[in-house]
Amino acid sequence: MLHGYAPSLLDGAWLTFQVAVLSLALALVLGLAGASAKLSKLRLLRAPAVLYTTIVRGIPDLVMMLLVFYGGQMLINLATDALEWDYIDVNPFVAGVATLGFIFGAYFTETFRGAFLAVPAGQLEAGAAYGMSRWQVFSRILFPQMLRHALPGLGNNWQVMQKSTALVSIIGLSDITWLADQAGRSTHQPFLFYAVVCAFYLAMTAVSGLVFGHLERRYSVGVRRAAA
Amino acid sequence: MIDWSVITGNLPQYADGLWLTLQLTVLSLLAGLVLAIPLAVLRTSSRRAVFGPVWAFTYFFRGTPMLIQLLLIYYGLGQFDWIQAQWQASNAFWLIFREPYGCALVTFTLNTCAYTTEILAGALRATPHGEIEAAQACGMSRVTMLRRILIPGALRRALPAYSNEAIFMLHGTAIASTVTLMDLTGAARNAYSQHFAPFEAFLFAGALYLTLTFSLVGLFRLAERRYLAHLQPRKAIKGPTA
Amino acid sequence: MIRRIVLMAALAALSQSALAKDWTKIRFATEGAYPPFNMTAPDGSVQGFDVDIANALCQQMQAECTWVKQEWDGMIPALMGRKFDAISASMSITEDRKKKVDFSDKYYATPLGLVAAKGSALRPDLALLKGKRVGVQRGTVADNFATRFWAGQGVEVVRYAKQEEVYLDLGAGRLDATWVDALEAEGGFLTKPAGADYAFAGTTVFGRNAEEKAVIGEGVGIAVRKRDTDLKAKLNKALAEIRANGTYDTIRKKYFAQDIYGE
Repeated sequence: MLHGYAPSLLDGAWLTFQVAVLSLALALVLGLAGASAKLSKLRLLRAPAVLYTTIVRGIPDLVMMLLVFYGGQMLINLATDALEWDYIDVNPFVAGVATLGFIFGAYFTETFRGAFLAVPAGQLEAGAAYGMSRWQVFSRILFPQMLRHALPGLGNNWQVMQKSTALVSIIGLSDITWLADQAGRSTHQPFLFYAVVCAFYLAMTAVSGLVFGHLERRYSVGVRRAAA
Repeated sequence: MIDWSVITGNLPQYADGLWLTLQLTVLSLLAGLVLAIPLAVLRTSSRRAVFGPVWAFTYFFRGTPMLIQLLLIYYGLGQFDWIQAQWQASNAFWLIFREPYGCALVTFTLNTCAYTTEILAGALRATPHGEIEAAQACGMSRVTMLRRILIPGALRRALPAYSNEAIFMLHGTAIASTVTLMDLTGAARNAYSQHFAPFEAFLFAGALYLTLTFSLVGLFRLAERRYLAHLQPRKAIKGPTA
Repeated sequence: MIRRIVLMAALAALSQSALAKDWTKIRFATEGAYPPFNMTAPDGSVQGFDVDIANALCQQMQAECTWVKQEWDGMIPALMGRKFDAISASMSITEDRKKKVDFSDKYYATPLGLVAAKGSALRPDLALLKGKRVGVQRGTVADNFATRFWAGQGVEVVRYAKQEEVYLDLGAGRLDATWVDALEAEGGFLTKPAGADYAFAGTTVFGRNAEEKAVIGEGVGIAVRKRDTDLKAKLNKALAEIRANGTYDTIRKKYFAQDIYGE
């Protein structure tokens, strides 16, 4: 039915999933780091963080990806030529994950920043009054409560990021979009294969929606909501 | 170190690309917004037969990547013989899908319409109940209430979220370059392919996109200052000196 | 302690580059979207004339060859960035490209051809193409030719990332013609069911004057980095050998009835 492309499409689906999850991990790390930097007292930390979020959120994902992929190769070329080293791999997978993680790290920075600010200051003061160290205050009081505020924003950004993974096909990564492209070109039946990819993404967003809904409910235990 | 000829040699293409990007962004945002208003009203209906189709529409367009939607419409539709026959017969409606410009516009419009519908529906649902009661007390019909109270209120409430959507749309138009359109990204890819100079080609495009983004953000700030004036922080009232 | 680590790292790096130089392991790159020269099978592996020739050369050189798929746009920068060692992707030998990379001797030569619907009155002449839409693959010799001689003069040159996409749009009626390597059009489109209603419009063109010849180039070769002169020499030697012992002809007959080497 799929002209023999079903196994490779499944491989592509798995690859797309890996790209999404790894980019999420990188974005979370960058987001936390960026939010901490933006909320820091030091101008030296705040300024680059502001520059990061402003510029990254001002350029299209696709342009950034092309820049990192093609430009990265050129940088490697210069570096390895100068140092006489063997090549370092900037394959499409690495470039795709790095770019997506870098881009969405900027969006997560804003989400985490808002979430950090939403935790009542009184909670932190109480922790300090109990003699907790700064790390204890962060890990026991600030972080868990911050997560509750961050989850809706994280969930939304994750939905957007999942779909941005389709862009890695443009830099040649054999993800499900690239394979559907190729199958469509060879069989001259692009509609069928793009419909399959749509079904895959709909399934992925449906599952993510369920997971994040569950997480939000779990982290909101004990919170009273205004009457609907 | 920087090869300026990559930029200066391709300046006309970058300019044309910038103009095309602007067209795609503005036209699809406008069309999407106009379509989204009635759809948002339908979406908030309590009857499944009414909100069901709208929900399906927004679910599909928000749940799949815009790139796939564009490829589906451009290459996907183009494979069918009956569409090709319509093109040969110069059928005006279907001819829209023959041009990459038409396909891109349709895709972007449908996509932003889906997101805007959900944003407006959420804003409609958040209408303070007091406003609705007051409107009913004044004897307004449902249509009048929609026209004078609900929709204007929802549009105002949706402004911050909509500004994000507008920026996403501006960035989203970059994928038009994958279906042969010479938008700003297409111009950059062409420049790169000619000179093998990725930094010059893409950083210049990035700078132009950044300028567009800032302009858009500025426009929305002005709109917020005008339409959400009641939410601005109060300016300190200066008392008489000494 | 630190000095020892640095010394070991330097030795490791040097030894790695020393190993590469005897060319017992070669990484080849191809696009995988240019039938019948290079294409991607449903299982993801690469096949085609370019692949077979390169594998034959490796066998002749007694080297182990691995394959990397690479988008056409990024081919040369990736070669220079040492992502792989050689490109076998139907890349024409042109002066422009020789500024960045070096080429082996040619292993086939292809003219450019205009592919359009059967019976079309179009010809590869500016006068007859004015106002028409011609599709090309971005960054190819055909693209350079069309951009140089036709684009500013009233012909709408539409650029695609892959040649296969051009064929999709030609079949859908969005293009009036495509300007492409004649051999690729023959083997990758015209002899397939999708290309049944299409044919070459006019004769194929090797370059009707010196200017055109300079753009079209001197045939198709394997691209290597400029510094890898020993690899280039080995490839040329192996190429001469497989032409002499008949391996080249066996491979060629798999894909083309007529000779494609050119004179």
